[in-house]
Amino acid sequence: MAWTRKDLLTMRDLDAAEITLLVDTAASLEEIASREIKKVPALRGKTVVNLFYENSTRTRTSFEIAGKWLSADVINFSASGSSAAKGESFIDTAKNIEAMSPDVVVVRHSSAGASEILARQMRCSIVNAGDGCHEHPTQALLDLLTIREKKGHFEGLQAAIVGDIAHSRVARSNIHAMRKLGMTVTVAGPPTLIPPFVGELGVKVSHRLEDAIRDVDVIMMLRLQQERMTGGLIPSLREYSRYWGLTLDRLAAHARPDVLIMHPGPVNRGVELSPEVADGPYSVILEQVSKGVAVRMAVLVLLAGSKAAQA
Amino acid sequence: MSPTPPARPREKAQVLDETAFDRALTRIAHEIIEKNDGAKDLAFVGLRTRGVDIARRLAEKIARIDGSTVPVGTLDITLYRDDLDLRGTPVIRGTEIPFSIKGKTVVLVDDVLFTGRTVRAALDALIDLGRPRMIQLATLIDRGHRELPIRPDYVGKNLPTSKKESVAVRMKEHDGEDRVVIVEEEG
Repeated sequence: MAWTRKDLLTMRDLDAAEITLLVDTAASLEEIASREIKKVPALRGKTVVNLFYENSTRTRTSFEIAGKWLSADVINFSASGSSAAKGESFIDTAKNIEAMSPDVVVVRHSSAGASEILARQMRCSIVNAGDGCHEHPTQALLDLLTIREKKGHFEGLQAAIVGDIAHSRVARSNIHAMRKLGMTVTVAGPPTLIPPFVGELGVKVSHRLEDAIRDVDVIMMLRLQQERMTGGLIPSLREYSRYWGLTLDRLAAHARPDVLIMHPGPVNRGVELSPEVADGPYSVILEQVSKGVAVRMAVLVLLAGSKAAQA
Repeated sequence: MSPTPPARPREKAQVLDETAFDRALTRIAHEIIEKNDGAKDLAFVGLRTRGVDIARRLAEKIARIDGSTVPVGTLDITLYRDDLDLRGTPVIRGTEIPFSIKGKTVVLVDDVLFTGRTVRAALDALIDLGRPRMIQLATLIDRGHRELPIRPDYVGKNLPTSKKESVAVRMKEHDGEDRVVIVEEEG
């Protein structure tokens, strides 16, 4: 299996073999985290720029650690405190960064398609670290790595993705990836947070939490994205939590005893997840974060370390 | 993983048959014990893929000769290559060394020693994992053409080759037979 892409923009673009290559590579890189000296020279002399136009702790830190463990030079650029705050356009900023010859630019932006615009304009590799409500491919990859390590395979597994599907790039990336790997996906949430036509992605839709989590292998709870809501989509946090919050009682009554509880973070404790569930034995939330570093190392190695990926 | 299997290269000559293969490993096992005055504090680290198989066989032989258990680890040196971005897609299968190499005498094991660049990368990779007391190098075939100042401590067979030829080590674990042949790539 050869990696031939310059960029990693969406899970929708990738085929099952490419997704498997990324997950396999990440699995092999996981052991670096347990070493005394957490550094390998693979990307010595390569430069990775984190270009973040949206707040992020986990993803930006994760890419930064991944790059540093691979010996790349990692530069962080955040929109606040930069020329973007002085009115420079997105593309001008990117062109200026390109003039400094980076090998990989990791982009997070509030607009869907932002990373694709850069990928068309720039010679270096672009990684989408989240573009608006569109996709977040490295999150889906770390979710997949976690699922495979716990369940051993993908084919035939059932997943429920619950909550604010409409605003969730995590849901979109996971739906595409899971479907390609032979998993069955149900999305669940209040009707105002389920996008119309979501069934066209090959998923089932449920409007009751109890139905959605029954007999599934994986429950992925999403964060209620209050910053993306223009108002009026849910009556109140309290009501949302009453119908859509995952509690121990609901789990015990309706879910399988070996179900995995995942969450892309940050968790709104007491809203979509009760603290007992978030910290409970089914939860793999912190393992997801550890695996995030391995996945981002895999992405950087394949993009910056493959002959084919360099145009 | 590749959909079309590569054309089988043409076999030019047999270098070792099954008996000679086994004899070479037995001799190396004895030499390792002799040089290190036993097998105490010894560890094998094989280079993926066939170096690992050879390391396991050497450990079995030492167990039979000396009664000691020598741990065997697996080293993937892809992340340490000096030609990473000249080789297409990097295939990373992982390093598994489930024991500490600190203070140990590590015998690095590979199937064929050629330019020495793989061993150079392996030395760096190994030292990043801890500080062994000593590193020695064992190889089944030494085919010459070194590009770096690297010399093996244990050699199964010295085999002068031309740069156009290549040496294939076939092992039961992967290829169903124990044999070493010189092959010439087609086309």
